[in-house]
Amino acid sequence: MIINSMSSTDLETPSPKLETNLREVAQDIVARAMKGGATAAECVVREGDEFSTLVRLGQVETLKESGSRSIGVRVFFGQRAASTYSSDFSRQGLDRMLKSALELAKITSEDPYGGIPPADQLGQLQGNLDLYHDDVYSLPGADRIDYARRAEKAALDFDARIKNSEGGSFDAATGHKVLANSHGFVGDFSRSYCSVAAVPIAQNDDGAMQRDYWYSVARTLKKLDPPEKVGKVAAERTIRRLGAKKVKTARVPIVFDPMVSTSILEHIFEGINGDSVYRGASFLAGKLGQKIAGDNVNVVDDGTIPGGFGTSPFDGEGIATRRTVVIENGVLKSYLLNTYTAKKLGLQTTANAARGLAGTPGIGPGNYFLQPGSRSPKELIAGIKEGLYVTEFLGQGVNLVTGDYSRGASGLWISGGELTYPVEEITVAGNLKDLFFNISEIANDLEFRGSVAAPTVRIDGLTVGGE
Amino acid sequence: MEKIIDKSRFFFEHYGLTEHDLERYLAAALSAGGDYADLYFEYLSSTSLMVDESMVKSASQGISAGCGVRVVSGERTGYAYTDDLSSDRILHAARTAALIASAPAKAKVAGFQKSQARSLYPVTLPSVDAEISAKVELVMRADKAARAYDPRIKEVRASYGDELRNILVVASDGTFAEDSQPLARMNVSCIAKTDGNSARGSSGGGGRVALDFFFGEKTPEYFAKESARQAILQLDAREAPAGEMEVVLGPGWPGVLLHEAVGHGLEADFNRKKTSAFAGLVGKRVASEKCTVVDNGTMPWRRGSLNVDDEGNSTQETVLIENGILKGYLSDKLSARLMGMANTGNGRRESYEHIPMPRMTNTYMLAGEDNPEDIIRSVKHGVYAVNFGGGQVDITNGKFVFSASEAYMIEDGQITAPINGATLIGNGPDVLTRVSMVGSDLKLDEGVGTCGKDGQAVPVGVGIPTLKIDRLTVGGTARKDPGGFMQ
Repeated sequence: MIINSMSSTDLETPSPKLETNLREVAQDIVARAMKGGATAAECVVREGDEFSTLVRLGQVETLKESGSRSIGVRVFFGQRAASTYSSDFSRQGLDRMLKSALELAKITSEDPYGGIPPADQLGQLQGNLDLYHDDVYSLPGADRIDYARRAEKAALDFDARIKNSEGGSFDAATGHKVLANSHGFVGDFSRSYCSVAAVPIAQNDDGAMQRDYWYSVARTLKKLDPPEKVGKVAAERTIRRLGAKKVKTARVPIVFDPMVSTSILEHIFEGINGDSVYRGASFLAGKLGQKIAGDNVNVVDDGTIPGGFGTSPFDGEGIATRRTVVIENGVLKSYLLNTYTAKKLGLQTTANAARGLAGTPGIGPGNYFLQPGSRSPKELIAGIKEGLYVTEFLGQGVNLVTGDYSRGASGLWISGGELTYPVEEITVAGNLKDLFFNISEIANDLEFRGSVAAPTVRIDGLTVGGE
Repeated sequence: MEKIIDKSRFFFEHYGLTEHDLERYLAAALSAGGDYADLYFEYLSSTSLMVDESMVKSASQGISAGCGVRVVSGERTGYAYTDDLSSDRILHAARTAALIASAPAKAKVAGFQKSQARSLYPVTLPSVDAEISAKVELVMRADKAARAYDPRIKEVRASYGDELRNILVVASDGTFAEDSQPLARMNVSCIAKTDGNSARGSSGGGGRVALDFFFGEKTPEYFAKESARQAILQLDAREAPAGEMEVVLGPGWPGVLLHEAVGHGLEADFNRKKTSAFAGLVGKRVASEKCTVVDNGTMPWRRGSLNVDDEGNSTQETVLIENGILKGYLSDKLSARLMGMANTGNGRRESYEHIPMPRMTNTYMLAGEDNPEDIIRSVKHGVYAVNFGGGQVDITNGKFVFSASEAYMIEDGQITAPINGATLIGNGPDVLTRVSMVGSDLKLDEGVGTCGKDGQAVPVGVGIPTLKIDRLTVGGTARKDPGGFMQ
């Protein structure tokens, strides 16, 4: 298991299924907030179900099945705002939530840029966005377990050196989200999700172990890869890590596997989202209209793609999602913004507001991706004499203020245009200011496995730290 | 506002629970023949405040309550939860979790033994119930102090958050434990700017403390100055070196090394499944003889401390490594039973929605005998790292990283220039064998650590004295020396 250890993030409570009309609940809270003196109000309700099963070495290890829901309200008194949330939907619980919000708003500051979006900006995409399929729960319990078991078995059967496993799993979840505000907006949508995964462990004769994983995720069972395929890919990825060694410190071309090339897009996101930009917390702040990457780099955020993992009919503030060209031929064309940061920067929102239960809305991507090139990953690797193919990063090690970039890595060494032996316990370092210009090749293998996607890329000028 | 000072009876008073109810729920959980069942009731209230651009831009409060039901049958675990604490919903969750087993119902659950609870964080007024105006004062003071530190400090964000978690754990083995767990924390982050140059700094702290902690022991000014100092310092940082070299870690938060390099690998679940690089190494040398590492959940007021873990067991001090020899693992009920080892009271979970597992509390290395100054003086060419961001570990191959946010070059025994942030990478089972000096200056972190495992976040503490590691890979960009191999 990779442990995403030691950080300092805050959490959100996820959310079950009740047949009560949550749109009415949300609208009622907004109306009562206004009656209580608020000048504007916004209410969000989330409910969700989850099912998960983990099978290890052929035996069921855990089964989990549950649902929950939660509600949050944000109120404004002029330009002062506050928010509260609760998992208690009783009359008493909701009263208490509302009362605390109205009280709390007295202690915050007048913020000239605060407020919910103007009424004429509110709206939502119409038509079926293909986000919800109730078939994710259609499998009988025994078949769900079987999915997990088959994925793990395919991995265990693949090679005699796969001797252990963290298991095979099958998960399904649905979520329902409602948003209402005092301009009369009310919207809701549901999304479904299912996934199958395998995490095999391979062992060499000398006892050294390696772990890797693979998964398939989809909004409907129909689009989920067969468990056998998932198990086999997981096994291949694990076996090829056996016998990994350190390499000497060197400056060589580095190829990012699609599983890690998405991290480059995440760094760009972190650098060009309105919150970083207005605070100057990113070296990309103020670079609108300027070159920030090579000519071959084109990045798009599109919250409207039917069936997409990052698709929704409206954003966290009730504004219809859209397609935004972020980088075109290396030129930064647009930041990604919510209402607040757009006002701060004198721009229009890009409908990227991400609303949790509490606090002010943040900024999140829709379907956010790097446009693919024309050559295959294999052709791209064939052009490299000596280099590193990275399959996994460890740690954070990225500073958007300075651009400093330094991460733990493992992968395969490229020699003579081919992947040769596995490498580990090395670092990859440079500065993002140069890195974005040094994306020298982009392959054609774009595939969405989440809301952020990128093909295989080659990046030059980075330092590999090793012996 | 009602005050919840008497931690016992919380759920009985607020939800009308009775012992008879608890027995009934457990009986439902064991209705399909499980070996063991437990109920975890949680009521969490929290507050958070954030000041940005010298304005209190965000204030929020919330409540989350629920009950998780776990049923264990052999090595199998069934789990279900509800955020509605009514009898029928808890019974429904219990019957859902029960389905992990498939046998006739076991004998009835009757009677509980109340655990004699310690009192490691005896706050009279939990900060979550304290006046909000006092919390506003804290963040505003932090903002002011950071800006006053240096005119180059241009952006300041100060945040304050606290929570009070009331829990009740009951189990079919007779466990009955209640606790009321306060947690508070401040954080200040700064950005310093000059013409064409920017840098960031961050500092924070807290613990299972009341609000007065921030008015006495660790003030907003303390965290603000530290944050601003780091940002200003980083304006002049130079390229970090790349490759293997001597590394000295400063005392306190750099103890994240232990958390990543050995802590996770010693959690019993991974060793039961033999998926940890440390599996089978008990009794073997995994560190130099100067190293003794413990996990201690019993330190008063600490962020990682607990009177009882989330399975209702008392926490304890557990020796993990003694004079370099691996002594044992951190366990929970399931792993202790399946591995035939003692339960170390490390069963923790993020919330009622989560299954408990072995987790660290406060993990640190005991002080040694070396003078910290002598440690620096002993280094010819290396890195002195005193502040870190976070870290990560792959427990199967043992490789871990931790990312320095404040570090300096050491040249000929002298600390010289500050260097850019860089990731350090090593191998857990052997990194501590290269510890050649251990300082006398053990320090614990300020109370900022949150550990993530399998999607569950829990508060933890770490600590070390000044340490010298003879060889560790530093992930910078600069040539190690002119003769280095660079293509």
